[in-house]
Amino acid sequence: MDILYKVFVEPFVFMGEAPDLLIQTLWEGLVSGVLYALIALGFVLIFKASGVFNFAQGIMVVFAALILVGLYEKGVPAFLALILAAAAMLVLAVVVERVVLRPLVNQPDIILFMATFGLTYLLIGFGELIFGGNPREMITGALFLPQGTTEIDALGGSIRLQHLDIAAAVIASIMIGLLAVFFSKTRIGRALRAVADSHKAALSVGISLNQIWVIVWFAAGLVALVAGIMWGARSGVSFSLQIIALKALPVLILGGFTSIPGAIIGGLIIGVGEKVGEFYWGPLVGGGVETWLAYVIALLFLLYRPQGLFGEKIIERI
Amino acid sequence: MRAPDHPVLSKGDVLLAVENVSLAFGGVKALTDVSFDIRKSEIRAIIGPNGAGKTSMLNCINGFYYPTEGRITFKGIKRPKMRPHEAARGGIARTFQNVALFKSMSTLDNIMAGRSIKMRSNFFWQLFRHGPAMKEEVAHRRFVEEIIDFLEIQHIRKTPVGRLPYGLQKRVELGRALAMEPDLLLLDEPMAGMNLEEKEDMSRFILEVNQQYGTTIALIEHDMGVVMDLSDRVVVLEYGRKIADGTPDEVKRDQRVIDAYLGVAH
Repeated sequence: MDILYKVFVEPFVFMGEAPDLLIQTLWEGLVSGVLYALIALGFVLIFKASGVFNFAQGIMVVFAALILVGLYEKGVPAFLALILAAAAMLVLAVVVERVVLRPLVNQPDIILFMATFGLTYLLIGFGELIFGGNPREMITGALFLPQGTTEIDALGGSIRLQHLDIAAAVIASIMIGLLAVFFSKTRIGRALRAVADSHKAALSVGISLNQIWVIVWFAAGLVALVAGIMWGARSGVSFSLQIIALKALPVLILGGFTSIPGAIIGGLIIGVGEKVGEFYWGPLVGGGVETWLAYVIALLFLLYRPQGLFGEKIIERI
Repeated sequence: MRAPDHPVLSKGDVLLAVENVSLAFGGVKALTDVSFDIRKSEIRAIIGPNGAGKTSMLNCINGFYYPTEGRITFKGIKRPKMRPHEAARGGIARTFQNVALFKSMSTLDNIMAGRSIKMRSNFFWQLFRHGPAMKEEVAHRRFVEEIIDFLEIQHIRKTPVGRLPYGLQKRVELGRALAMEPDLLLLDEPMAGMNLEEKEDMSRFILEVNQQYGTTIALIEHDMGVVMDLSDRVVVLEYGRKIADGTPDEVKRDQRVIDAYLGVAH
């Protein structure tokens, strides 16, 4: 009975006793949730338009951040470096479309998936060749990202808000919002959804698949750049950063691989779930819950709702 | 004034000419040495038993397949190897035998997607839905609303097309093709699976499009009554070869056509 009390009663009592800590935990969860959502969005864009699960999304985050930092270290002004890093992602999109996607058109999905594996290791090698393997600091100061903290006294305690976190949440939200509007309301967005629904029909109305692929890979590259800046600011820019892409996997399973709102909600659920789980239930098992909880949540979802919260229902007609 | 890219055609001129076209997939010959033409503002039917190569012919015309031999001339210009989206931009629209719509999108968005090739505002304005992009969107929206009125599908404007009954899906698909304002409209079995009333509606739409806008139409259809009523000229395929070509009356009396459809005692 003692264990049941510790699992089902004590944490909630604690939440009620110290609401400031609860708010603090939720806030931190929401911030990392928004950032997870941003990374998941990169996957969703490419998956929707080309049916490819892009294994290289994680390394694109690192690569974009490395270009930005590397250029700045070479003496390029920060904002010019930012524009050049974005331009590099455009070049990458064009090259990927030409060299990888176009020759493999109509091949089974698994072949395209394997091709993104190849792309991953190519980018790792290329990145190390140019920038070396040492971890770097993100140039937060030069990009005018705020530092420091604000403490709000409330609810019988105080809540600490890191300015960087606030900026990350705001910028990621704006980015997600812009992409959502762009892909639901504009001609190119309509074309993207059209391609996702039927290649044949899209071609017949004059939509060029190649052009759409370049656009989505570029969009995913921009998302990777922003994610690289935000994550880089929190935990440094190094090749190990690419494993955060693995955190996007449970988000995708939760939200559905084809849904932009799903990626957002899924990211928030995973982010908040992780932090709350770690803080309130972590001590019961000696901590470290944060690293695996997301995958457990994803597993449970796979059992009961394999298409995710918002994914398209998979109906097989026989 | 800039000279037009293509010679201006008037009614009755050859719009598209298919010359000695063959199409093979490995050893299987889908089309063998087929020649015919489609003239401006006519309704041209392509008929034949199952597996005769009718859909393969349409796929060659709009660029899904490239003929193994022979050539296709459109608006007087011999076409280079062309991909489907290029054919679409060149003025060829089509519908599909098994309906290829954007199932998760609304009727309105499906038809708007047909307007894609007419819209030219740049990426930047689109991102903010402002300035020229907004004006353009509004103008095209008006055109699309006219098509919706014409096809009498106002009530399903916002419905995701995946939920619509088959007959209406066919109508939306026609709307999407019309939104492209094509020079040549290819219809692959526009009345398949429809009941009598739906067939009559569809026939009326096809005739009106042809008469009001002078749109040239090539259609594949199995319902002989419909074919004979609608079309100006008919080409008949069997086993990938052309066996007859002429007005509906001529084709109806052709012995080879009768044999192909009714079977012949050997």
